[in-house]
Amino acid sequence: MTIRTLDQTHLDWLETESIHILREVAAEFEKAALLFSAGKDSCVVLHLALKAFRPEKLPFPLLHVDTGHNFPEVIEFRNRRIAELGERLVVAEVEESIRRGTVSLPHPLASRNAAQAVTLLEAIEEHGFDALLGGARRDEEKARAKERIFSHRDAFGQWDPRNQRPELWNLYNTKLHKGENMRVFPISNWTELDVWQYIERENIPLPPIYYAHERHVIPRRGLLVPVTPITPPEEGEAMVTRSVRFRTVGDISCTCPVASTARTIDAIIAETALTEITERGATRMDDQTSEASMERRKKEGYF
Amino acid sequence: MSAHEYDHAHSSHGVLRFLTAGSVDDGKSTLIGRILYDSKAVLADQVQSLERAKHKRTEAGVLDLSLLTDGLEAEREQGITIDVAYRYFSTGSRKFIVADAPGHEQYTRNMVTAASTADAIVVLIDPTRVRIENRVAELLPQTRRHSAIAGLLGIRHVIAAINKMDRMGFDEGVFDSIRRAYVELARRLSLPEPVFVPVSALEGDNVVEHSEHMPWYRGPALLELLERLPAGRAGMEGPCRFVVQRVQRVYGAEIAAGSTIDGLRGLQGFVASGTLRVGDSMQVLPAGLTVTVHSINLYETELSQATAGQSVTVMLNENVDASRGDVLTAGPGPTLARQLVADICWLDNNAMNPSKKYWLKLGARTVQAKVQGVDNKLDLAEVQRVPHDQPFTLNEIGQLRIALAQPMPCAPFSDDAPLGRFILIDAFSNQTAAAGLIRAVS
Repeated sequence: MTIRTLDQTHLDWLETESIHILREVAAEFEKAALLFSAGKDSCVVLHLALKAFRPEKLPFPLLHVDTGHNFPEVIEFRNRRIAELGERLVVAEVEESIRRGTVSLPHPLASRNAAQAVTLLEAIEEHGFDALLGGARRDEEKARAKERIFSHRDAFGQWDPRNQRPELWNLYNTKLHKGENMRVFPISNWTELDVWQYIERENIPLPPIYYAHERHVIPRRGLLVPVTPITPPEEGEAMVTRSVRFRTVGDISCTCPVASTARTIDAIIAETALTEITERGATRMDDQTSEASMERRKKEGYF
Repeated sequence: MSAHEYDHAHSSHGVLRFLTAGSVDDGKSTLIGRILYDSKAVLADQVQSLERAKHKRTEAGVLDLSLLTDGLEAEREQGITIDVAYRYFSTGSRKFIVADAPGHEQYTRNMVTAASTADAIVVLIDPTRVRIENRVAELLPQTRRHSAIAGLLGIRHVIAAINKMDRMGFDEGVFDSIRRAYVELARRLSLPEPVFVPVSALEGDNVVEHSEHMPWYRGPALLELLERLPAGRAGMEGPCRFVVQRVQRVYGAEIAAGSTIDGLRGLQGFVASGTLRVGDSMQVLPAGLTVTVHSINLYETELSQATAGQSVTVMLNENVDASRGDVLTAGPGPTLARQLVADICWLDNNAMNPSKKYWLKLGARTVQAKVQGVDNKLDLAEVQRVPHDQPFTLNEIGQLRIALAQPMPCAPFSDDAPLGRFILIDAFSNQTAAAGLIRAVS
């Protein structure tokens, strides 16, 4: 063990707030789960949970809402990381919701991103979860910028943005009626840059696709669409090879990498500090459909 | 700025949280939009979406900066702010978290939410809607209400920004009249001494850049004022308080693989004020036992001390029964209270009901509470407390008496902020009903 005195830099300030939130969830809810997609934000929340609770095992399982449309590197990383830590992973599959008939898609390759809300709500009901910890950040998107840290969902899983509970100081109201649940966002106040600086400082492992690598992509409407079995080239489109990295990792059908040669965290931090495009603007096809896409999805029970 | 410089700037200064407040249409969202835009915190795709925004309220070719924070569909449709939006930006010297609070009286509870975590408040005043007669200005009711809430919650820095100066011909007389009125309001509400700045959020005067239109104003622009505010964390001084959130009991199989620890009992919690050091003798409340701090940990790091705001795990030398909601204290106070006198702001649509039970959450402890009586309410027209005995309704501010079902370790807010504030939760609806600040305990 190293002995040192922590000073209160902005990362310490953010970390301590997040740990406080994680411990409130463990203390006040009967059955919480930590949403874990193996994306960088959920890797940071997982690391914060280790800091909050080790040496004991985490007081809640991890929950992956799996669209089935994954980058293989991410699933491989997820399984390895869970095994290393000896924690429990619950996987809720969109594929299962499709079989059950609760999700139906217009065509087999359609984006399954929005369908995750259905699968998530089914998992909540099946396991009786009353609190779901997620890695959403307020700087990601304008509807998220409005959301409380402890965000109440009614028995249908809906968010009512016009009637959010007041949230005072660090005194979180965790009371629920039966069947309701709470979404809790411990890194609400972190920015993309904070996340990268923290990953560097804490040496947090991430899936390799966050770092620059060569990949086949199709330039389409300002985005670099990765070439995968789910996102094949459209007619007349030419495939190119570019050095890219992912700024966010989600469903394969709607997540795009950005052009980058940043192979190290230092290089990523330098790029992040100078970027001219927001994280979701650069990478998400589904957020560009209307000004209120995220808000509408959240109202239906999305993360 | 390179990433390296950025990192350096940040590691020395921490975070300043502020909110913008004031009446509806005083320009709060536009001001924040202006700060973000002028400090280059708005990225290219956000500017593009402003250009093609559906509910733009500005002329062609002029960006509607208020849309940067009005993130809900209903807000954009109606051109108002309903709930708080949090935005993040930084300058060369500091990281800021800014909360854009709604101006409508109907949404005051959302403003209270934003104010509760703020180090500073920027009160926007729209001079076009302030009646000025014989150089005496009459401030709007929401200006008074938001300022009263800032005073109630103990926000440490108050900046009054007189906005829309472009529409007043940049007239110093207007600025002076409003300043005099606000100085008087601040005195009556016992606010910290306010700082004044004349601005135009729409045009950008004195927001980020110093304005050439008001040579009579020699002070800094608003952003510079915010950069210069001392960020000094509340509660660094004073006797130590450690709030126990959760007790870690780890034996045998519950210990994660790879750990060398065989069995332990750690108190997970946070230092609410002062400094906690290894070897300190502390009292556990409410039990009253005396204990010694054996070690302080955060994950794999062993600390010699932890200061206000830090989340850590504490081991004691003694094997005592400490549990969630307990407080380790050094020095005099807090007391174990069964009755409180408190100032509150009522936040629920349902009026207070003295025959109902409420949950009272303070620190990490939640107990049943009953309101015993109302003492007074704040009259916003006269800006003074008037004796009153009727239950509180939405957005009212005043003093009441509360009885607690179990003794609570707490203290007056002025002595010990983290142990002097609480929320009331309606035990039936689960709504957060009130924000409270303890004035006296018994």
